[in-house]
Amino acid sequence: MTMTQKILAAHAGLAAVCPGQLINAKLDIVLGNDITTPVAINEFEKAGFTSVYDRTRINIVLDHFVPNKDIKSAQQSKQCREFASKYDILNFYDVGKMGIEHALLPEQGIVTAGDCIIGADSHTCTYGAVGAFSTGVGSTDMAAGMATGMAWFKVPEAIKVTLTGKLPKYVAGKDVILHLIGEIGVDGALYRSLEFTGPGVASLSMDDRLCICNMAIEAGAKNGIFPVDGVTRAYLEGRSQRPYTVYEADPDAEYCRELAIDLSSLSSTVAYPHLPENTHTAREAEAEGIAIQQVVIGSCTNGRLEDMQAAWEILKGRTIAKGVRGIIIPGTMAVYKECLRRGYLEAFIDAGCIVSTPTCGPCLGGYMGILAEGERCVSTTNRNFVGRMGHTGSEVYLASPAVAAASAVTGRITDPASLVG
Amino acid sequence: MNAKGFVHKYPDNVDTDVIIPARYLNSQNAKELAAHCMEDIDAEFIQKVRPGDIMVGGWNFGCGSSREHAPLVIKTSGISCVIAKSFARIFYRNAINIGLPILECEAASDGIAAGDEVSIDFDTGVITNMTKGEHYQAQPFPPFIQTIIAAGGLLPSIRQKGE
Repeated sequence: MTMTQKILAAHAGLAAVCPGQLINAKLDIVLGNDITTPVAINEFEKAGFTSVYDRTRINIVLDHFVPNKDIKSAQQSKQCREFASKYDILNFYDVGKMGIEHALLPEQGIVTAGDCIIGADSHTCTYGAVGAFSTGVGSTDMAAGMATGMAWFKVPEAIKVTLTGKLPKYVAGKDVILHLIGEIGVDGALYRSLEFTGPGVASLSMDDRLCICNMAIEAGAKNGIFPVDGVTRAYLEGRSQRPYTVYEADPDAEYCRELAIDLSSLSSTVAYPHLPENTHTAREAEAEGIAIQQVVIGSCTNGRLEDMQAAWEILKGRTIAKGVRGIIIPGTMAVYKECLRRGYLEAFIDAGCIVSTPTCGPCLGGYMGILAEGERCVSTTNRNFVGRMGHTGSEVYLASPAVAAASAVTGRITDPASLVG
Repeated sequence: MNAKGFVHKYPDNVDTDVIIPARYLNSQNAKELAAHCMEDIDAEFIQKVRPGDIMVGGWNFGCGSSREHAPLVIKTSGISCVIAKSFARIFYRNAINIGLPILECEAASDGIAAGDEVSIDFDTGVITNMTKGEHYQAQPFPPFIQTIIAAGGLLPSIRQKGE
């Protein structure tokens, strides 16, 4: 069995599972946000449930539209707050404590190796980085998960991605996953797990792995997953709130497809509108002279400390181009505070950027950086669909924090290697 | 169970952001949300759609966000079934959970044009293009999923099992 299949088998109480098998699995963590939880609460109550399976395993994070952007979103947050209070939900994160859910839960040690996790948010696949099976579902599944602690799954086939080598300077996890999506397409891993392995894994930081697994969904995958190694153990040490279990793929595990990526061969990558698979190297984009009006650095994909550091390394002592709006959003309060301590925030503001409290905000076109018709944005977020960040005639180019920062400085899509040398 | 209606046709990779843009997700009211169904890919859809109509997509229909609002607005707009070559997995799950009939059928997606009149027999999975006089065979659901559909969605099926 693959790593994913082993975690699923263990949580279904089975010795073995095979691809295509339908199972009922025990859940370690159930998650929802301020958009999906209200719908789950309605379904939970409509079905007549009056208790949750375990108040310590349910997580509600207000992150998409908070601090609330309007009356309607305030009503939705209030509904989440009241539900969390009624059922004494342990991990309820409101303004002041909240972060972007997929940056927050790993940081707080709420998700850990060997877990089986569902979240009513498509980027719940992020937690595969710590060696968990974790997948996005809808609000009804969340409601069922909160009530019963169980979810049904079809055991996925797996795609094995063998990593070798080490990333060059200015190239990061975002470039790895954009490159992979460019190779296999936005449905290249549909219904399947993306299982990363190989000698190159050891060179990737946890922030890189979280970013890579985060965008597994953009290839259609059910989940992305990394093996548990020294980097994982060091990350979980003193952080994981529960003892964890390490699962390893069997040597004879079957994969429906095998791919190899030499990390040292990658360069900064940009996904053009309107699909994450429309990838080009940043160097190619630079040659086209693509002018931009906005840069967003943040999100559940790239709102972690290393992302802020990558942006700071380029923005410090520089100013962003005239006519560019630079929006920087640390993913959690802890990231925000550490950026403050290290002087990143001052450097960002001196460069002409604004720094926001954690929020999903502009990523999904919620608020805090909506684009007008004809405007272009280089964004470290995860989707560049039509209208994703605003007007249907606007454009989002997906890239790493380093590319976004370099592009902010020049006002055109820029490879950080050519800006800094 | 059967469905019959005229077809609204869309390309590959229809994402949940164009099905229901996130700027409207500060509401959970199905009717209010449905007024914006398909707004960013087909602004006139909501004026054109008639109860019972059928939506046809290509590969990877419903990709992107996990928002259950997406299948919900399609169902609330009056669409009786979505046919596609493949569905993104969360959309697939959500559609079953909320009771929006969906069918995977490559031949139907290729053969059916916008405006065709189509009928569907859900018991046999046979899709009939009445305009062109063609028939297509869709993949049937596995029995486990049929049980959820028969119960009227995931939560009713859980309640039934518990009783």
